[in-house]
Amino acid sequence: MPTKIEKDSVTGRETTGHEWDGLRELNTPLPKWWLYTLYASIVFAIVYSVLYPSVPGITGYFHGVLGYSTRTQVAADVRAMAAQRGVSMDKIKDMPIEQVRENPQLLAVALTAGRITFAENCQACHGAGGEGRPAYPVLADDVWLWGGKLADIQQTITYGIRSGHPDARVSQMPRFGADAILQPAQIQQVADYVMALYGKPVAGADTAAGATVFAENCAACHGDKGQGNREFGAPALASQVHLYGDTRAVVVAQITNPRQGVMPNWNVRLDPATIKSVALYVHSLGGGE
Amino acid sequence: MASIDKVASPAAGQPAAGQPAAGQPAAGRSGGGKPGAGKPAAEPQAAGPSLYAERVRVYPRSVWGIARSVKWSVLVFCLVVYYALPWVRWDRGPGRPNQAVLLDMQHERFHFFNLEFWPQDIYYLTGALILAAVSLFLVTSLAGRVWCGYACPQTVWTDLFMWFERRIEGDRNERMRRDHGPLTFDKAWRKALKHAAWIGVAFWTGGAWIMYYVDAPTVTWEFWAGTASKSVYFFTGLFTVTTYVLAGWAREQVCTYMCPWPRFQASMLDEQSFIVTYQGWRGEPRGHGKRDAAGLTATGKKLGDCIDCKACVHVCPTGIDIRDGVQLECINCGLCVDACNQVMEKTGQPPWLITWDTLARQKARAEGRDEPIRLLRPRTIIYLGALVLAVSVMAAALATRAHIDLSVQHDRAPLFVRVRDGAIRNAYTVKISNKTAQPAEFTLAISGLEQAGLSVAEEAEGRTETLTLPVETDSVGTFRVLLFGRPAKLEDGSQPVDFHLRNTTTGETTVYHSVFMGPGGRGH
Repeated sequence: MPTKIEKDSVTGRETTGHEWDGLRELNTPLPKWWLYTLYASIVFAIVYSVLYPSVPGITGYFHGVLGYSTRTQVAADVRAMAAQRGVSMDKIKDMPIEQVRENPQLLAVALTAGRITFAENCQACHGAGGEGRPAYPVLADDVWLWGGKLADIQQTITYGIRSGHPDARVSQMPRFGADAILQPAQIQQVADYVMALYGKPVAGADTAAGATVFAENCAACHGDKGQGNREFGAPALASQVHLYGDTRAVVVAQITNPRQGVMPNWNVRLDPATIKSVALYVHSLGGGE
Repeated sequence: MASIDKVASPAAGQPAAGQPAAGQPAAGRSGGGKPGAGKPAAEPQAAGPSLYAERVRVYPRSVWGIARSVKWSVLVFCLVVYYALPWVRWDRGPGRPNQAVLLDMQHERFHFFNLEFWPQDIYYLTGALILAAVSLFLVTSLAGRVWCGYACPQTVWTDLFMWFERRIEGDRNERMRRDHGPLTFDKAWRKALKHAAWIGVAFWTGGAWIMYYVDAPTVTWEFWAGTASKSVYFFTGLFTVTTYVLAGWAREQVCTYMCPWPRFQASMLDEQSFIVTYQGWRGEPRGHGKRDAAGLTATGKKLGDCIDCKACVHVCPTGIDIRDGVQLECINCGLCVDACNQVMEKTGQPPWLITWDTLARQKARAEGRDEPIRLLRPRTIIYLGALVLAVSVMAAALATRAHIDLSVQHDRAPLFVRVRDGAIRNAYTVKISNKTAQPAEFTLAISGLEQAGLSVAEEAEGRTETLTLPVETDSVGTFRVLLFGRPAKLEDGSQPVDFHLRNTTTGETTVYHSVFMGPGGRGH
């Protein structure tokens, strides 16, 4: 409540009449238009509150005359995006996978779709970026059990490995120890020979006996020089990269009672265009052939 | 507000000392006298002040003189530059924009004659803004707010709009008379024509603004053909409206209430700044004629040179009285200098009663001394130093601007992979910026890694010591590069490697320091 409006002796201007413990305030009036701008803002706020969601209630809220909702907006955006993507994905579906790779625009779409699909479906076993996990193959390297060409990868993803699907990739390594196909001594001999193939020969071991056992029992699938055979998913043994490890104990265990990996057939879960995308993505990780 | 009005009410009948009570809500006026009612009516200050001021319309009179001539010249120069610059062409080769100044938002490029800036060059903008700020500080500390008075767009366009106003509605007296008179046909068509002219200029201004962002001839054609983008129409409309409102209606209100610059310019000014000044020692006591002179005989003083004609007030574009001294509203345009000189010429007195001078010199003059102008003082030296530093840094940065840029990002997963032959492979995303005007081939090589081999993912198999990577002109090439090596040892699982990039056309080179990772001590 202004009490005493007076003229300030120094500036010659009026005070507002407000006083606080002897302090008085000069009247520096705002321009009128400033006030009107405030009124205009208030009017805007009222109009806005009527048109758009504004007032919260106990169980809901006032939706506004226009019925605007960010949720429906997002849904519409997602639909629009799906329609936009659909164009490319349809083309990818109808095109041989090698041709997709030659088409930079479609390839970019496929690699993005493949990356996301991979993260959602494949990463749990094969690791981010295909870095692999113990007993699950690294996809980023240049070592392939069943083949690293685009068509090979597509085939593997579509039907899986030992998945039970009729077109799945299947092979069975004999249980040389558990089924007594080889004597324990022979297993030890061939293990020494395999370690030599690995490039980590056991000191003082004689590999001649192992070589014979290998030629008679293993070379049919793993190749006479241990180079592997992708027909059967038989890994190369003359290699530096090994799925289950490169110690002698692991080799002995594998010969005695082999572990065999299983991969699901993804055709029940992913559509063909998406599978092609994932194949292209896996191929691009660094080891594609 | 109601409480204030209640206080105002008892005095509503008397002439208000300060702000007029007009425009107050009627409710406030009928509130009845409370506290002030008992006070004697002889206290005019009892009239309650309004906290909101009515707009005092400014009707600047036309004037001629040195300041006005300079102001016109600067105005013409600024407007010609603004409107014509987008039309200046600049050949950058086929397929590239040929507009000299183009802020291409769509392609994220800023073309400025032979210079081209990418978004990552944003620090040049910082530099330019620092340069502009320090220049403003220096000029202000030397010569006051000459920016405000002559070159600020608000001043330039307001001046331009006032010129139209004067041509259509006449000079100060005619405009005031017509505004206070009834609405006649003469008044109506003049007002209509004035606003039409203003909107025309505003539209032209808004249209020219757009041309800095898109190709000028193209957008002009598209605009009238109705095929331009929505944002072109929106921003043209936006800047048309802002120009019309700010230069036609808001005018000095922008300078006084909206612009932050007048608020802190006081910290740059000092008593040595060369500003528009009324020489009070010479002008006071003001007055003219025998009556004013007679009023002074008792005190023994004689009238000063100021005849109190208020010409300086009438020409002022912000409607202030320069004789009150330096004030926030003064934009230092010097039109009052011109106006006063005209009057001094008529009265036969020496000119420059209102002049450009420093406060210190004015003080000395009043005491009959003379004092030199001190341009060099700590403040200006510091500003000048900062300016020289900013200019040097900017010039050096521009002169040594690289047309090559390399960014190498190591893959996060997997960090490394062992391949069939036992080598360790790391993958990197390599981005090469080719800022030259031609497509170029770049060679990428490695140092700091044993038995290093490079290849580009998804391309030809086999490893090479150097890669040759083509990058289109004026663009960034992105490559996924695989680096193979057989490091003798890896410290802590990683070791530094350097990527060396060379533009085979220009010979320009750059190096990027990255790392090569491997299993390190873990069973390697």
